[in-house]
Amino acid sequence: MFSSTKFNFIIPIISVVLGLAAGAIIMLIFGYNPILGYQALWNGVFDSGFFMSETVNRITPYILTGLAIAFAFRTGLFNIGAEGQVLVGWIASVWVGTAIDAPTVIHLPLALLAAAAAGAFWAFIPGILKAKLGVHEVIVSIMMNYVALHLTNYLIRDVMTDNSESTEQVKQTASLTNDFLIGLTGSRLHLGFIVALFMVLVMWVILERTKLGYELKAVGYNQHASNYAGMKVGRNIVISMVISGLFAGLAGAMQGLGSFGTAFTNTAFSNLGFDGIAVALLGGNNPFGVILSASLFGFLKVGALNMSTAGVPNEIIEIVIALIILFVASGFIIRWALLQLKKGERK
Amino acid sequence: MENYVIEMLNIRKEFPGIVANDNITLQVKKGEIHALLGENGAGKSTLMNVLFGLYQPEKGEIRVDGKQVEINDPNVANRLGIGMVHQHFMLIDTFTVAQNIVLGSEPKKGLKIDMKKAVREVQELSDRYGLQVDATAKISDISVGMQQRVEILKTLYRGANVVILDEPTAVLTPQEIKELIVILRTLVKEGKSIILITHKLKEIMEVCDRCTVIRKGQGIGTVEVSETNPNDLASLMVGREIHFSTDKKAAEPKETILSIEGLTVQDSRHVDMVKSLDLDIRAGEIVGIAGVDGNGQTELIEAITGLRKKSAGKVTLKNQDITNMPVRAITESGVGHIPQDRHKLGLVLDFSVGENIVLQTYYKKTYAKGGILSFKRIFDKAKALIKEYDVRTPSHLTKARALSGGNQQKAIIGREIDRNPDLLIAAQPTRGLDVGAIEFIHKRLIEQRDQGKAVLLVSFELDEILNVSDRIAVMFDGKIIATVDPKETNEQELGLLMAGSKLEKEGAHN
Ligand SMILES: Nc1ncnc2c1ncn2[C@@H]1O[C@H](COP(=O)(O)OP(=O)(O)OP(=O)(O)O)[C@@H](O)[C@H]1O
Ligand SMILES: [Mg+2]
Repeated sequence: MFSSTKFNFIIPIISVVLGLAAGAIIMLIFGYNPILGYQALWNGVFDSGFFMSETVNRITPYILTGLAIAFAFRTGLFNIGAEGQVLVGWIASVWVGTAIDAPTVIHLPLALLAAAAAGAFWAFIPGILKAKLGVHEVIVSIMMNYVALHLTNYLIRDVMTDNSESTEQVKQTASLTNDFLIGLTGSRLHLGFIVALFMVLVMWVILERTKLGYELKAVGYNQHASNYAGMKVGRNIVISMVISGLFAGLAGAMQGLGSFGTAFTNTAFSNLGFDGIAVALLGGNNPFGVILSASLFGFLKVGALNMSTAGVPNEIIEIVIALIILFVASGFIIRWALLQLKKGERK
Repeated sequence: MENYVIEMLNIRKEFPGIVANDNITLQVKKGEIHALLGENGAGKSTLMNVLFGLYQPEKGEIRVDGKQVEINDPNVANRLGIGMVHQHFMLIDTFTVAQNIVLGSEPKKGLKIDMKKAVREVQELSDRYGLQVDATAKISDISVGMQQRVEILKTLYRGANVVILDEPTAVLTPQEIKELIVILRTLVKEGKSIILITHKLKEIMEVCDRCTVIRKGQGIGTVEVSETNPNDLASLMVGREIHFSTDKKAAEPKETILSIEGLTVQDSRHVDMVKSLDLDIRAGEIVGIAGVDGNGQTELIEAITGLRKKSAGKVTLKNQDITNMPVRAITESGVGHIPQDRHKLGLVLDFSVGENIVLQTYYKKTYAKGGILSFKRIFDKAKALIKEYDVRTPSHLTKARALSGGNQQKAIIGREIDRNPDLLIAAQPTRGLDVGAIEFIHKRLIEQRDQGKAVLLVSFELDEILNVSDRIAVMFDGKIIATVDPKETNEQELGLLMAGSKLEKEGAHN
């Protein structure tokens, strides 16, 4: 018999393998060479320090949005609003990064804090509406995503700049980039991954070691029993959303203070928040699992850019990712298949 | 050769860390009611889940009508004529009775479901077996007893020849139990065979033909009910002597602990369920509330513990007004609560047993310092309570969900008594427990009383009320309509009072 923890590992791994295999079959069907295609994918990341660094920069915000979604899931909530929380976190970090003069030790933490606070506030709104009025968090968060998109565009165009599409660069004192790393790789590799890895620990500690995490999980699992145990159910829902939003806000700061060093207007969503759902799902909603799944996603997305050198359209990778998610989500089918296999062996 | 419908031979079923069934043999004759008896966690539900195809046994053989079969999912079981009514019903609330029953095997008219035919068939079936079910009623509108009959109908509709009932009477009122027994007899008369799991020896003696006993996963044997008695059954099952009526010395009530004045409570539909109720409980006494389900007992408890708003009245605990306090403040001022619905209120099923043990105390200094939990201390406490209250679980890290029903209850009771509350509220504390565990729980309640605590016991079991209480308050239509001395009353009188008739004896009303 497989224990459920074993399944938590096996299902994502099988899903990834199946997803890649399906991608290969699709490439074959459309007359591409899958070996060359995947080789190009691999080389696209590992051939140069520059692209490896780009991959790390891609992974960093994925870890944080993955954590945001996973944290909400673990406490019984679906924070589909991570997308909007990323945007407001992004702009808040850039605002502090451009508007203030201070030494790095103050400026950088302050800018990160602003991003976290903005994301947290953006998640607070669906949280409080769910706690007080019972409105489902998914509905409100989706609306908040649109509000964030248009609000940040407005702020960039009409408040932070004079009708420009992009803000100025954040001051060096607030930047996550670092001359040494830039010199080493020639890329914009920034220190955000340290922040992200630190937040992985934060999430693990909160959920597995603290009184707060105990309450949040209890409320997520069973509101009636939590109420019976004297917990404040509404308050815990709000706190869950706020912490989730804080992770997402920081993901925005990774872009604003790191990868781009600026904020610019968007006509559509960045998808960082939405991809976070996939990251969390593949990572089994476990903070360490999120590191692995974010890494896979970052790798696939960056490597895909190189696939055209093998004549393979890089959209194929979007299909592979979608299939992986499909396989994870239908994990019970895999579980069933495994059990049948097991039974077959017994006879 | 005997004529067996079902034979389960040398069945073995393991779970991580535990052997739930170890070489168990169960043989059911055609047309008999066969009891399955065993302590909490003995492996009864597991064995039946194996028969119903929900679990695959590691070893053993199953025969239906003498033919060896492999039952690897419930559909196969259905096809073989085996039906099961689980302890927790599996009905869809928003569907009607008929919709629930035909679900998955609907009569079709072209591509459409022929609902008219479904209703007709269900109604015919119900009438034939005297189940008195209204095929067009919605599940959410019917009583628990009726829902159970719907579950039985569901198995019959699928052509069950053998019906498994897993603790059907645990959730029923005494009246409903009587009705169920009549139904079981009708089923047998129609040629069905029944496997009945129950902890109530009285019921086994009354309706069953034979009884198979299992202890700690092992088959002990099968006995003819006509050749045995409750005492023998109990000792077979537990492996030692059991005392049915608990010895206790006379109560020595002292100062008033809980005082309720003019309490009025509404349910979620804003109907008054508790109506201007007065009740005092003193230190060193057990007050039992007797009443038919639905006369306001649940609302009364929820109001005392702060889970439900009070619309009028006052509740005082040790001279402290707790009327409008939040739940935790009430808990901390000295109230322990063993809730009636253990899955809904009493446990977080996806938490480990250890985590559930501290559900009421996790935030206290002993367990949480600076917001960080000390799992060492939490698990030390859990291990101690698991031992003291004989909670059968592979470990304190096992999810509460994986425990047998009775063991979940023991964990809750341990948690609540261990906090040493001045007032202990026990709602249906022994529902689903085996006789050994019941004896144990009753002792603990009396022990609390002897240590000068006040105990409020709510139970639908008149035996339990009569045995354990020092004073019985009869609740009818939201009010306490009589208070009687258990030594001066009996089941008949209580039954009448519970139905709302006034007390005739002068002076018994104190
Ligand atoms: N799904 C499961 N996973 C792990 N252990 C389980 C599972 N189901 C049951 N067990 C364990 O197997 C043993 C037998 O459980 P079972 O539910 O069959 O007991 P039972 O005789 O029905 O008890 P009760 O009278 O309390 O309902 C218990 O120790 C229980 O903890
Ligand atoms: Mg059971």
